[in-house]
Amino acid sequence: MGNGTPLGRVRGLGAAGGGVVHHWWLQRVTAVSNLALVLWFIFSLARLPSLDYSSAALWVRQPLVAVPLCLLIVSVFWHFRLGVQVMLEDYLHGAKRVIALIALNFYTFALGALALFSVLKIALAAA
Amino acid sequence: MAEFSLPPNSVIKDTGKTYAAPAGASRTKQFRIYRWNPDDGENPRYDSYSLDLDATGPMVLDALIKIKNEVDPTLTFRRSCREGICGSCSMNIDGSNTLACTKPIADVKGDVVITPLPHMAVIKDLVPDFSTFYAQYASIKPWLQTVTPAPSGEERLQSPEEREKLDGLYECILCACCSTSCPSYWWNSDKFLGPAVLLQAYRWLADSRDEMTGERLDALEDPFRLYRCHTIMNCANVCPKGLNPAKAIADIKLMMLERQG
Repeated sequence: MGNGTPLGRVRGLGAAGGGVVHHWWLQRVTAVSNLALVLWFIFSLARLPSLDYSSAALWVRQPLVAVPLCLLIVSVFWHFRLGVQVMLEDYLHGAKRVIALIALNFYTFALGALALFSVLKIALAAA
Repeated sequence: MAEFSLPPNSVIKDTGKTYAAPAGASRTKQFRIYRWNPDDGENPRYDSYSLDLDATGPMVLDALIKIKNEVDPTLTFRRSCREGICGSCSMNIDGSNTLACTKPIADVKGDVVITPLPHMAVIKDLVPDFSTFYAQYASIKPWLQTVTPAPSGEERLQSPEEREKLDGLYECILCACCSTSCPSYWWNSDKFLGPAVLLQAYRWLADSRDEMTGERLDALEDPFRLYRCHTIMNCANVCPKGLNPAKAIADIKLMMLERQG
């Protein structure tokens, strides 16, 4: 690797390639879907007669609630993962960045799976 | 790496000298200027120069030249055209990057604080090291590249409409005010090309005569080279030529998206 000259350092290992634009674009797409789904979520919660467990569970059990809830979880967690990845890449270098990115992925997938499972457990339970 | 504190040898020490205004001056202004000499082993300091505005030209560069000529010949800075077209006298004045030659002294309230462009290695006083910046510019191959051989005996023609697409791009003078105002460039200047060089990259992507668009996009398709831009917009705020590098970067991203389908 030509790291003995300024130009050699700038050229470095070359461009990563591989459609990096999708990361950037999906961040924008999930931002739009978050906007719609979060507005729906807040509006729906405000219209619930009460926020206790049984009325919330009754609400979640409806297919037209469970499906958007699942979409909300996927969209929010995906957006979170993309956004935090960009932040970590900004501020951390070398091994620290690799470790942080692995931790981010474990954290996002674990919490996302837990949230999805929670919705499905209520939605698919026998009434 | 993000750095939120200065390394010990860069901390500005309170050891600066003060130069009083000439006797009888009625309208004075204080210039606090960053000084660092690589040869004396000392930390940087601010020297204060009080000037008689009635005997000084209107621009900050006029004041710097007056100080160098009449008060302190050791003050080091770059300058050439003194009319905003060469880009040599870029520096941080009153907290934002700009050209000393086009910045009126009257625009600054209180003392005029002048430092080198932020987050660049300093060679001396107000002179930063542009080696990486120029290497980044060279890396985008800033010249017309074609596959078609040059037409015999005439120029490569461009319609007025095609030429208009270069407006807002060709005016860049590579002063680096934008790149050195960009936090993403501060933290990752080894890999992120920065607003100035990306605006130049788009200048060639937008040129109707260039035939290496795909290769140029290939060279930018990288999470660091291009996508460290988070539309912070400092670049457009400080550009002394009134250009908008953030828009050029957004246009590059749209070209990337378009070719991915």
